[in-house]
Amino acid sequence: MQKMPQWADVVLIPLISLILAAVLSGLVILAIGENPITALTIMIDGAMGSKYAWGYTLYYATNFIFTGLAVSVAFHARMFNIGGEGQATLGGLGVALCCLYLPWPHWTLAILGAIVASAAFGAIWALIPAWLQAKRGSHIVITTIMFNFIAAALLNYLLVSVLKPVGSMEPATGKFPEPTHLPNFAEMLAPLGISFSRGAPANVSFIIAILACFAVWALIWKTRLGYEIRAFGHSESAAKYAGISPTKIILISMSISGALAGMMALNNVMGEAERLVLNATEGAGFIGIAVALMGRSHPLGIFLAALLFGALYQGGAILSQDTSIPVQIVLVIQALVIMFTGALDNMVRVPLEKVFLAFNLSSAKPATKPTAAE
Amino acid sequence: MTSPASGTAHPAIELRGISKAFGAVQANKDISIRVMPGTIHGIIGENGAGKSTLMSILYGFYKADAGEIFINGSKTLIPDSQAAIAAGIGMVFQHFKLVENFTVLENVVLGAEDSGLLRPSLARARRELKSLAEEYELNVDPDALIEDIGVGMQQRVEILKALYRKADILILDEPTGVLTPAEADQLFRILGRLKEEGKTIILITHKLREIMEITETVSVMRRGEMTATVKTAETSPPELAELMVGRKVLLRVDKKPATPGANVLEVRDLKVTDDKGVRRLKGISFDVRAGEILGIAGVAGNGQSELLEVLGGYEKASGTIRLNGELIDLTGKHSDGQSRRHRGIAHVPEDRQREGLIMDYMAWENAVFGYHHEPEYQKSRLFMDNAAIREDAAAKMGRFDVRPPDPKLSAKNFSGGNQQKIVLAREIERNPDLLLIGQPTRGVDIGAIEFIHQQIVALRDQGKAILLVSVELDEILSLSDRIAVMFDGQIMGERLPSETDAKELGLLMAGMTGEAA
Amino acid sequence: MDLLTLLQVLDATVRLSTPLLLACLAGLFSERAGIFDIGLEGKMLAAAFTAAAVAAITGNVWIGLVAGIAASLLFSAIHGLASITFRGNQLISGVALNFLASGLTVLVAQAWFAQGGRTPSLQGAARFNPITLPFAESLSGVPILGPIYAELISGHTILVYVSFLVVPLTWWILFRTRFGLRLRAVGENPAAVDTAGISVVGLRFAAVGICGVLCGIAGAYLSTGLQAGFVKDMTAGRGYIALAALIFAKWRPWYALTACLLFGFLQAIALRSDLIEAVIGFRIQIQLLDALPYILTVIILAGFVGKAIPPRAGGEPYVKER
Repeated sequence: MQKMPQWADVVLIPLISLILAAVLSGLVILAIGENPITALTIMIDGAMGSKYAWGYTLYYATNFIFTGLAVSVAFHARMFNIGGEGQATLGGLGVALCCLYLPWPHWTLAILGAIVASAAFGAIWALIPAWLQAKRGSHIVITTIMFNFIAAALLNYLLVSVLKPVGSMEPATGKFPEPTHLPNFAEMLAPLGISFSRGAPANVSFIIAILACFAVWALIWKTRLGYEIRAFGHSESAAKYAGISPTKIILISMSISGALAGMMALNNVMGEAERLVLNATEGAGFIGIAVALMGRSHPLGIFLAALLFGALYQGGAILSQDTSIPVQIVLVIQALVIMFTGALDNMVRVPLEKVFLAFNLSSAKPATKPTAAE
Repeated sequence: MTSPASGTAHPAIELRGISKAFGAVQANKDISIRVMPGTIHGIIGENGAGKSTLMSILYGFYKADAGEIFINGSKTLIPDSQAAIAAGIGMVFQHFKLVENFTVLENVVLGAEDSGLLRPSLARARRELKSLAEEYELNVDPDALIEDIGVGMQQRVEILKALYRKADILILDEPTGVLTPAEADQLFRILGRLKEEGKTIILITHKLREIMEITETVSVMRRGEMTATVKTAETSPPELAELMVGRKVLLRVDKKPATPGANVLEVRDLKVTDDKGVRRLKGISFDVRAGEILGIAGVAGNGQSELLEVLGGYEKASGTIRLNGELIDLTGKHSDGQSRRHRGIAHVPEDRQREGLIMDYMAWENAVFGYHHEPEYQKSRLFMDNAAIREDAAAKMGRFDVRPPDPKLSAKNFSGGNQQKIVLAREIERNPDLLLIGQPTRGVDIGAIEFIHQQIVALRDQGKAILLVSVELDEILSLSDRIAVMFDGQIMGERLPSETDAKELGLLMAGMTGEAA
Repeated sequence: MDLLTLLQVLDATVRLSTPLLLACLAGLFSERAGIFDIGLEGKMLAAAFTAAAVAAITGNVWIGLVAGIAASLLFSAIHGLASITFRGNQLISGVALNFLASGLTVLVAQAWFAQGGRTPSLQGAARFNPITLPFAESLSGVPILGPIYAELISGHTILVYVSFLVVPLTWWILFRTRFGLRLRAVGENPAAVDTAGISVVGLRFAAVGICGVLCGIAGAYLSTGLQAGFVKDMTAGRGYIALAALIFAKWRPWYALTACLLFGFLQAIALRSDLIEAVIGFRIQIQLLDALPYILTVIILAGFVGKAIPPRAGGEPYVKER
């Protein structure tokens, strides 16, 4: 019998978890001697109080949509891709190579090339752990963690020894050529007569991220492949019975996951920095875990959670400028969100189920009790 | 503790008014029972009747909502297994609770160590095992790893564990499910010895034969209630069956004689070796003809599951399989479930919850599971036609009387019988040439059993070939037109149901050919 | 390369292996009991900060150590609560705790010391100082063995010696005591432990607790032994290297020692790339050395060099069933 209505599972539980995380975060701020209400006001204003603020919030959100979708696709196949960070790093490499070494006439073509390059690089970085999982039984969580470090070392080497322009001291590539410049919101909205903050980094890749949400939604719930991915995620033994190849699903779902993580580089590398620097991902790969958990692995939920985290990152940055609270408060909030929506899910769920069960029993209609029908 | 001779002794175990509910399901309703010391007491009932729940309460695994437990006459609280062990209760679970990569000795000692250091405990256990082995014919190599010994041996280790903890009351939950009839007989001899030594034994089973063979008293459970407790000598299998089910049971399925046609399935020299290098199928050959049901009898674990998996396309094998005369790919890229279904092989798997259904998928999603590649379910090359699938599922559920007929309900929310009907509807309605069906009525209530049996016979009467695998000998005898018995990855012989009986099949299942018997 | 240089590298190996070894053995206790812990990093970081902060305030490193262990234990308790009590996903809990430590340490450091997320530099009794073993001075003249004793074996902080003693202790506990038998059993088949009348929850919490203590010592060593104070994210992935070493060691104590010494050695020579060039004749990229522990672990995981079989019940919350 159904323990809870679906809305409770999809909306109520994440909401309660979020409130718990917020309350605890408030206590942390209180404990370090600041006023949580003031902090919250500053953060909200800093994240959403102006077009400039929105420009940053949406920029961060774009990153998190990509990494959140990446984690969620793997989740649907019951795999924990903790390697979004490494895959996004490699995606950045793909974007950099694509922008630096190919002669693009216009950004509209360059972005297509960059999508292919970032997705391919990210996918390959996920494909190796996926292959090891499928063929050698190596635990994908551990291998993807290892691949994060290997990616960091690889990029470090390439930036220091290979890609750095001659004469430069900084471990970074040269600036990408002008035709690869992606329009930011100000440039996009200007033809429509809408003015937007010129300095904000949100750019056209936000649109790509939204398209990716739709694509993932259709993939998971409307296509045959999505049907098979979810089936495999729910029960590997049943998938085998149905003739669904575990190897195929692991490889494909992880490739898609890695490709999505890699595509984050469209935003941070191509759209914002316009060159490749060390540690360009800034932990966005890990935030994808929080976003996917909070968004219940559904693209709409991920979109909303990414906006929330985008606001959190921008708000946190402003908070650290305006007060003595370090920007690491964001990490704490993020940790609490992951903890409550992920690991402590049962703490909220079980009591809630009991409440609903008690409610159902007292107002039970015979038709809602299928097992009693026989 | 108590001698079996003293007639006025307290019951070894007395339960009074035990009730237990899981959510809305009442697993045990006001159950009372008295088990006299030094006896073997059977508890019989269908799957889901509440037997295991009751014993789990007695062993401290679950807490009863109401009721009292008396051990040797004194009221005893059993909040956890520790308390049950202290009260002298030992339990042999259906699924053994052994640490696979520990030795027999370590498993026996685990939880019953003498002190903080291991060596003295192990030394004492070694001595103790030796004397227990002599006393009860329970020989086991103390230094063997559990993963290296057979299930029969593993069961002995479980019994030894209980005895090492000085258990006076031994509960065995479906102990013969994994044993050959010969091994089962040996187990019953051991239980007999234990009884002679004054131990009290509770045997939980759904097999009438075992109850009649070894118990002195039998309690019958039905739908969470204790319907009767009778002396075994004063009852009969039909009476017990009626008590279990609540009405008269038709032990035979109503069916016309088969009119078999040409061979649909030809299996020759089929061999399977598993990951560990164990040979699971050792060269099996048989045919199934159109319009006949071939029943495969055998104790679980003798290769039947592997046979179904190979035929169903998800286990690699060597040998040849022909369907309607044409070879089937056993190792290449067409050896998967979808290719098999395409060729007209439908498969109702042995374990519907693990294989046949995605428990978290809604009924309509499950209704095409395995056939989700079929053209009529596609909207385009990539997209599935979910609306058409839902409509199709609703129609199938109606025809197969699935209750409730709601395609949007998750599979896990249906009862066992209705889950099986969903699988059956999916597989039968594709009009296959060959139906593979494993344990068709495992965990299915009686009402659904009759319906499922009728469907199988109806399919046969349409001229389809059916391969039935079941560990229930009664089911094999009543449904099959021809019976093959499997033992240790081989077919020991084929018999016609009219020319054989449970006894002969039992011998074959134990690996003894007819001539030797 | 002369003996003295070699000894210097080996000496650095010992110092750098110590936190890895403690964290690796911490993970060993937890994972042998069936609780995966990718939060070793976070526990070490929390302990490193707390130990340095308390040592800085009290001026007593021992109080710092105790405080560091307490902080690590608190993190263990949260991990236990999530993964044992509420049967949550152990990996997700570990990820969350790593973030929590990374954020909280800086937050509190800033609130307490206002030095940009670090603690004040520790001096004197506020940090663990090297111990000169008896006769180190007088024996250093003896050829070969003398310098080995004086340079390599003598002159470490007490925590280094402790960490190396924990290896045989772990082995002994695991394979020679009742607790060890039960601990290993609960990581393989908790149902066997439960039906034997032992509390699965209790055992697992005990294991997670031991893990907390060892991570606490490891973290405290980082900030009060290896270095003189806490800096932001000072664990620098050591928790993950320890995890890699644990897999490398196939969850066995003596192998863990070998694996941690190897990974410590890699870290030590990464600091002396001039030496590598001198010995093997060409330059090796530092980044390759950094990545080597991870690459080696992936190779082990891939089963190309012997199969690493984790405890069978690892990562699975225990749910009672018939």
